[in-house]
Amino acid sequence: MGMTMAEKILSRHSGGGRVRPGDIVVCEVDKIVQIDLTFGPGAPMPKRLVDPRKIVVVLDHAVPAPTIGAAAGQSIARKFIKDFGVEKFFDLGRGGICHQVVLENGIALPGQILTCTDSHTCASGAFNCVARGMGPQEMLQIMCTGKTWYQAAPTVRVIFRGLKPANVFGKDIFLHLAAVAGSVEGHNLEFGGPGVSGLPLDDRATLSTMGAELSAEFATFPADDKAITYLKSVTDEAFEPADSDPDAEYAATYDIDLSKLRPYVARPDFIPHNTIPVAELNDHVAIDQAFVGSCANGKLEDFCVAAQVVKGRKVAPGVRMIVTPSSQRVLTEAVRRGYVETLLEAGAIVTNSTCGACYGGHLGVLGPNEVCITSSTRNFKGRMGHPSARIYMASSATVAASALAGRISDPTPYLGDRV
Amino acid sequence: MSDSEPLVVEGRAWMFAEDNINTDLMMPQTVFAKPLEEQLRHVFATYRPGWLDQVKPGDVIVGGRNFGTGSSRPGSLLLKRLGVSALVAETINGLFYRNCINYALPAIECTGVRDLVLEGDIVRIDATRGVIENLTRGKGLTGKPMPEFLQAIVRAGGIMERLRAEGYF
Repeated sequence: MGMTMAEKILSRHSGGGRVRPGDIVVCEVDKIVQIDLTFGPGAPMPKRLVDPRKIVVVLDHAVPAPTIGAAAGQSIARKFIKDFGVEKFFDLGRGGICHQVVLENGIALPGQILTCTDSHTCASGAFNCVARGMGPQEMLQIMCTGKTWYQAAPTVRVIFRGLKPANVFGKDIFLHLAAVAGSVEGHNLEFGGPGVSGLPLDDRATLSTMGAELSAEFATFPADDKAITYLKSVTDEAFEPADSDPDAEYAATYDIDLSKLRPYVARPDFIPHNTIPVAELNDHVAIDQAFVGSCANGKLEDFCVAAQVVKGRKVAPGVRMIVTPSSQRVLTEAVRRGYVETLLEAGAIVTNSTCGACYGGHLGVLGPNEVCITSSTRNFKGRMGHPSARIYMASSATVAASALAGRISDPTPYLGDRV
Repeated sequence: MSDSEPLVVEGRAWMFAEDNINTDLMMPQTVFAKPLEEQLRHVFATYRPGWLDQVKPGDVIVGGRNFGTGSSRPGSLLLKRLGVSALVAETINGLFYRNCINYALPAIECTGVRDLVLEGDIVRIDATRGVIENLTRGKGLTGKPMPEFLQAIVRAGGIMERLRAEGYF
């Protein structure tokens, strides 16, 4: 019996023995990513690190600092990278949201293990990397020792077939998966099948990132030519992809024909088994805020489609549309291509790159009883602000269409001529 | 250092048996940059007003499916500081489970546990064997034991205790 991607990568990092679900292995971690929130005043600082070259520091959640406490924490981070000689440091204006920074700079590589104290770290699975969120103390352990434990989990395989239609994006595919598979806690997600090659890298990253919302341990794609070509254009570091064996064993398999999908939306408070086609809301849900952004959906593709939807139109009166890029690089390219100008002319607000509104931190916090449609990562009660606010989740296209209509709307009429 | 954290506990049960109870309900984002003392005043405060006045050291939490889904913010640390002595749930989110281990809160998964226990029952949880006994009603279930490798981290008092012992802090 063969191994899944995750089993194979865990095996390679723990001495090469066979790894089966349930096995606990201690693995060398390749990339250790720390974010601004872990450097708060009073947070314990280690006396020595395993290897500063493995460590990456990205300031992303509370940037530019909205509070004195956040500013103080970021000063500590800057001192930390100097004291320990950490060279991979992404300060304000030089990086963005950690998961996007990791993907665009070739830090997460096929066959590697990456850890970060952010629950959406599974994002790097888009590049065939075994990546997951860890608690802040466990991140300290990994920075000190270079190692941690994994209990190999059974794997749920998701097979994609066909080509997605013009009105369907990575988020819609994910929300459909959430409807059919529900929560997969205690399991890995492994994406594959003939439909993967037609999926843009941004859509793959959305799917892997959102794996956290189904409580997946890891959410990996195979490293196909598209991924490898991209990575070789941004890094010289060698890597060895890990595809699953043909006779690998799976706990369950879902077969999804991408050509049959429609725009989806998640209703407030949680995602598993709480998503429906946008059309089923029948334009009944009025909104106060429309947010495009986060590690999952603040990508160039999101700017592109949001700009296409709002071009020559106006955001509805009484609605605020906020667009937050997932990185400085995305924003720069979105400016160059004219997407930002289009968004601004429609009445949208474009912010700097930050986790900002997604976690209810700043730049778009919701007030009591407000309704938001968001393409960000999480819709828990209170996630983006006041606990009485209601958060619906959809693709950036649906968010943009909803901003124009003032109520949650299917974006299909705006996307007919999209290639 | 060893054997300082009990892996067999007996306590009064609180039912948090709904599916998908998340970290933000334990530690809302409005307080995660605040001192621990302030964070402790917000645990489940909007989800279950008044609970904080009733929970006592030694109590245990019985959860539903996907307990602790959400972020890496350590809700388990707050439960531990409130005196919660163990968690048993139908299933536990993987990141939350790691944080239970990291902060030395015994935690096990046990299918059917939410139908075994009513709020206020006295239960005994043996994390080493994965056994939960409802002492009030005289019945029990066996779930998944905590692996020995992870028991050792919990017994040591969690990750930081180990790292301090090894001279990293």
